[in-house]
Amino acid sequence: MTQATQTVDVMRPPFPAEPGAGVYSNKLGMWVFLASDVMFFTALIGSYIVLRFGVTEPWAKPGAVLNVPLTAVNTFLLICSSVSMVKAYAAIADGKKYFLRAVPGKLLRDGGLKFWLLVTMICGAAFVGVQLVEYIKLVGHGFTPSGFREGSLLAEHAAADPVKYGAAAAGMYGSTFFTMTGFHGFHVTCGVISMTYLYFTKVLPEKYSPQDYRGIEVIGLYWHFVDLVWIILFTIVYLI
Amino acid sequence: MTTVAHAPTKAHHEPMSFWRKYIFSTDHKIIGIQFLFVSLFFLLVGGLLAMQIRWQLGFPGKPMPGGGLLPETMIVNGVILPEYYVQLVSMHGTFMVFFAIMPLLVGVYANFLIPLKIGAHDMAFPRINMASFWLAFLAGLIMFASFFVPNGPIRSGWTNYAPLAARPDLSGVTVGQMLWCVSIVVLGLSSVLGSLNYITTVINHRAPGMTWFRMPLSVWALFITAILGVLALPVLQGAAIMLLFDNVLGTHFFDPVAGGQALLWQHLFWFFGHPEVYILILPAMGMVSDIIANGSRKPIFGYHSMVFAIIGIAFLGWLVWGHHMFMSGMNPTLGSTFMVSTLLIAVPSAIKVFNWLGTMWRGNLRFHVPMLNAVGFVSMFTIGGLSGIFMAATPVDIPLHDTQFIVAHIHYVLFGGSLFALFAAMTYWYPKMFGRVMNEPLGKVHFWLTFIFYNMTFFPMHIIGMGGQMRRIYDPTIYDFLKPQQPLNVFISLSAFALFAVQILFAINFLWSLKFGKKAPQNPWDDNGLEWSLPNPAPHGNWERTPNVYRGPYEFSSPEAGSADFLPQNLKLPTDRDPVPATLPAGH
Repeated sequence: MTQATQTVDVMRPPFPAEPGAGVYSNKLGMWVFLASDVMFFTALIGSYIVLRFGVTEPWAKPGAVLNVPLTAVNTFLLICSSVSMVKAYAAIADGKKYFLRAVPGKLLRDGGLKFWLLVTMICGAAFVGVQLVEYIKLVGHGFTPSGFREGSLLAEHAAADPVKYGAAAAGMYGSTFFTMTGFHGFHVTCGVISMTYLYFTKVLPEKYSPQDYRGIEVIGLYWHFVDLVWIILFTIVYLI
Repeated sequence: MTTVAHAPTKAHHEPMSFWRKYIFSTDHKIIGIQFLFVSLFFLLVGGLLAMQIRWQLGFPGKPMPGGGLLPETMIVNGVILPEYYVQLVSMHGTFMVFFAIMPLLVGVYANFLIPLKIGAHDMAFPRINMASFWLAFLAGLIMFASFFVPNGPIRSGWTNYAPLAARPDLSGVTVGQMLWCVSIVVLGLSSVLGSLNYITTVINHRAPGMTWFRMPLSVWALFITAILGVLALPVLQGAAIMLLFDNVLGTHFFDPVAGGQALLWQHLFWFFGHPEVYILILPAMGMVSDIIANGSRKPIFGYHSMVFAIIGIAFLGWLVWGHHMFMSGMNPTLGSTFMVSTLLIAVPSAIKVFNWLGTMWRGNLRFHVPMLNAVGFVSMFTIGGLSGIFMAATPVDIPLHDTQFIVAHIHYVLFGGSLFALFAAMTYWYPKMFGRVMNEPLGKVHFWLTFIFYNMTFFPMHIIGMGGQMRRIYDPTIYDFLKPQQPLNVFISLSAFALFAVQILFAINFLWSLKFGKKAPQNPWDDNGLEWSLPNPAPHGNWERTPNVYRGPYEFSSPEAGSADFLPQNLKLPTDRDPVPATLPAGH
């Protein structure tokens, strides 16, 4: 078997008895995993919807408790990381294994897989970092999973303006906010760890080729999913 | 597991150390056997808990034999304390559902059978498969550990209804509740990893010629079950995480005092819980279909309708969770909706039962031990299904809910259903696992005694349930209206002890045959499945060359078979053409 046919085969189902899913097993497995992850976030988001519409007292106004501008920047960061993920995928599909390479006649240099995956990892890690800073600040102001901490700055504000700060529903607000964003952050962290692992074991040793870049495609699917979940969370938790 | 060592070693597989081969194994067959031993242990634990429950219900206030072994926090002067009784009930349910029946059906037989029956060399992701087993083992250990922590395990039933489960100050359980939640999250991860493996393997790794409608019904059922698992378990994980946070972080998801909703827990739990019910019965149905066709020496009656009935049950299973909550204060209009969708499930279930009967009708019946247990499954599942219709109808459910009638129903479908199917499957595929056959006369004695004592144990529960005895009552003699039923409770308890004792026969048969059973011929049941084209036990990697498949799995008594009355799926007749691997379009 020549090198070429051997490497083409891995991107296809192992025993094409009849056209099944028509994709190789790693990709199919990731799609199935994402289906199950959808159900996981559905449980969390569904509970949020039920609880939010269930409370009779007013919910906190958008931006009263949470830092929307900072999170908007963070959202932009995560979307950028999705773009760079696509660039990484396109780079290896074109066989660009390098970091950066000068292109004659162009000002900007051309990025390869090593560059774009590193950008994705940095954006993802930065997202988690900003979220951690936000958590620390929120807890410092008195916003905790069980509501507004007694005697904190936030509790004083809430006492002065209970409608704006949703004082009566603060327990629900804290419970759902920290659980949903926390588990999303956990997913991003897992993605960054996986990409770092791939970066050192597969990308830097140049194990991927245009004939076999399964790892990049599979982690890319996961990454776009996590990004999509964040866009939903940002909208329903921060903006409305 | 010593007999496995006799497996013929193939030249292309290097010899592996004991640890690599049997402990950290990536071979789907060994992982299935690992699941088998671990879940049989938890089955025993669950059974011992049930015996204590029955002692308390039959002889309330009397010192339990052997009760002195347990600490003062559980048993005082041999008498089971109410707190411990609630823990017994809760942990019996938890162990039996999550760590005995579910891993026995899915962990053992999905792992063991899927690659063997579709002609694959192993699972699509062998290492993920190993992770799935070790996560399940870890989850079992965590759950088991909750017996040994201060205040013991959960006291809120296996369903963990909030706010009791969400508020340690109400339940009096702190660490035990956290361990339950953590264990369930780990188990959910294990199930998801296992299920995505099964789904991928069935879709991508079928041997040439193994088309969708040539798959054995056991594989169909396990495949559909895996889809249910992959979609249902994450919901339970999410719910368990919220419950954990309520206990640990002070969130208020399920605490109505702080604006949470106790009913939300029930919705989440049963949204998972009802598909889970079908996770616990569909694989049993699939394996029983294979065994009944084999024992009847006839093609399965209505193969396609069997497949679509499995799919139909699985689909409807998502729309019926509210029938667990008729009395919860849920909107009554929703109750009617759930009643209709629940009654609809009777249709595909009845299709399956009639097809099994149709398969046996005028068949050349061979009542070997698996067949006996399979027929036991069909009859007991029918009773359990019929009592299910009682409870699906809201007006009937109002008086029956939360009584022993419910206990009778769940045990008719889970013990009479799933466990009889498991006895059938364990005996049937025992030669494939260990290379020996289980003792036939002992197996028959075990079946008949189990069948008799099982019915003596669980049938009277219908009666005392209709008499009003509550499901989790600590002492039935405290109410005057329940006192006349007490002799029946004693009868049930004595039958239950006998039922437990009879299982020792199975344990002896199982363990004795490992070492001293008769050597199995290659195809001990004259079956058509691909797994019997391999030596017993099958070597690592299964086939040296992927087999070709020429027909469906139920070609019994076919005129083409000549003198034999079966026609293996991989046997090429002169009229058969080799399957052409489908060509894929360029790209992917």
